[in-house]
Amino acid sequence: MSLDSADVKKIAHLARLAVDEQDIPGYAHNLSNILALVEQMSAVSTDNVTPMAHPLDEIQRLRDDVVTENDQRDHFQQAAQQVEDGLYLVPQVIE
Amino acid sequence: MEWETVIGLEIHTQLATKSKIFSGAATAYGAEPNTQACAVDLGLPGVLPVLNREVVTMAAKFGLAIGAKVAPLSVFARKNYFYPDLPKGYQISQYELPIVEHGTLEIELEDGTTKIIGVTRAHLEEDAGKSLHEDFHGMTGIDLNRAGTPLLEIVSEPDMRSAKEAVAYMKKMHSLVTYLGISDGNMQEGSFRCDANVSVRPKGQKEFGTRTELKNINSFRFVERAINFEVERQIDVLESGGKIIQETRLYDADKDETRSMRSKEEAMDYRYFPDPDLLPVAISEKQLAEVRNTLPELPDAKRQRFMADYGLSRDDAGQLTADRMTADYFETVAGKCGDAKLAANWVNTSLAGALNKDGKAISASPVSADMLGGMLLRIKDNTISGKLAKEIFEAMWQGEGDADTIIDKKGLRQITDTGAIETVLDEIIAANPQQVEQLKAGKDKLMGFFVGQVMKQTGGKANPGQVNELLKKKLGL
Repeated sequence: MSLDSADVKKIAHLARLAVDEQDIPGYAHNLSNILALVEQMSAVSTDNVTPMAHPLDEIQRLRDDVVTENDQRDHFQQAAQQVEDGLYLVPQVIE
Repeated sequence: MEWETVIGLEIHTQLATKSKIFSGAATAYGAEPNTQACAVDLGLPGVLPVLNREVVTMAAKFGLAIGAKVAPLSVFARKNYFYPDLPKGYQISQYELPIVEHGTLEIELEDGTTKIIGVTRAHLEEDAGKSLHEDFHGMTGIDLNRAGTPLLEIVSEPDMRSAKEAVAYMKKMHSLVTYLGISDGNMQEGSFRCDANVSVRPKGQKEFGTRTELKNINSFRFVERAINFEVERQIDVLESGGKIIQETRLYDADKDETRSMRSKEEAMDYRYFPDPDLLPVAISEKQLAEVRNTLPELPDAKRQRFMADYGLSRDDAGQLTADRMTADYFETVAGKCGDAKLAANWVNTSLAGALNKDGKAISASPVSADMLGGMLLRIKDNTISGKLAKEIFEAMWQGEGDADTIIDKKGLRQITDTGAIETVLDEIIAANPQQVEQLKAGKDKLMGFFVGQVMKQTGGKANPGQVNELLKKKLGL
């Protein structure tokens, strides 16, 4: 599978990345090479192999359902650019 | 052309945990903005999610209740998209290996027929925060209190064929999750939300038509209206030669219409992949057996039992078992007064009516089950008539105390003293000689007239049955 310029633009948009028009062919080439490597791997027969969700052969540890966090809003909001009435303010988004 | 509607529902139900799915922040509703959003919920660098045990137990409970397969191993995945109320840039959800798969739910339609609806899967995920678009000088305000609240997303098969079936399914599912105690089911607070996938196809056609997804349907009433509107819209488009575009549409309850929100992002656009921060979740047979032991009696079984043990009709039993609180309330009332049918009548009519009128949940009823049972006991022992009971119920509703207090305070005790009733009856007989003659001549309808007069004179405190008997005796009927 190889990617063309349109694919690169779409992926960049989904990841909200600004990409210079002149760099797009280069990205398309490099990304296609990566996919080619993945394609090589797909030649390996995995019929009897369980798909791996995590490299560690462990299972998830669970925590009890207890509230352990207290309110640190003021502390966290010091890092925010703009706050009002306890809300974080961001550029307007309307769907 | 005759069209067939095809509907599948996705229900998001908030799980009733104390803390969030991946953090120890509180989930209580209505807190000041961002006071329940910790570093994990904010997606600050370096934080790691740790899964809440209770969430896994609740999902397993749900899976068992719908006869589904509870996966011995399930996997969390990242669903990537950008929106300010999702600070990490991805939602932790489940994709390829959800915790619950292949269950069923039986629904009952208005005509009494039943239908089995398939449940494709149910998976665990975290909720996002809330965006407030009100006036913040052209900015959007973000409250992340809800971010990280555990959700169980329940996805049905496209098995429903009408808006009514969809409503029946949604109600049944609501009943189930509240019975199980895994969600408070509060729709006003968003604990139980529904998206509907709707399409139409010519009747008899096998392939599905192109579907649209309706968002923002947060009441049983709206789900029916939204689907009906959308079905009409799709049929209009198709019959005028147009094509349905696969898209997400928003239901606007004020205008009673759906409008386009965005064209459907393909599933692959979310770029799902297993979350490297979380290991696979294991549930052993032993754990599952333990969960099975904690399953409460479920709505269908309870309904059957109410019919068998209490001799209630299918409709009465259905109404009483629709939610667990009502069922428990009824059983307390029935136990106290010893007459299940009387209890069912009062709970389903007077109580349901009063709750509905005041917009109250049964948990907030001013008349407790003990109080109602106590009042019905006074009907049973002939202290009060059914008519007076309505007055007493109203007084209890207004907070004037329990039935015995009100009966004493207002002097509502039914007159059982035959002598007292006879005195009143004699006066009425003397005052109405014409009616007496007619009654004696066989005009039975006039019995009601005399009983009515006695009830009027005694302020409703006479026992109508007793009056009837006395009258017959006096007139030699």
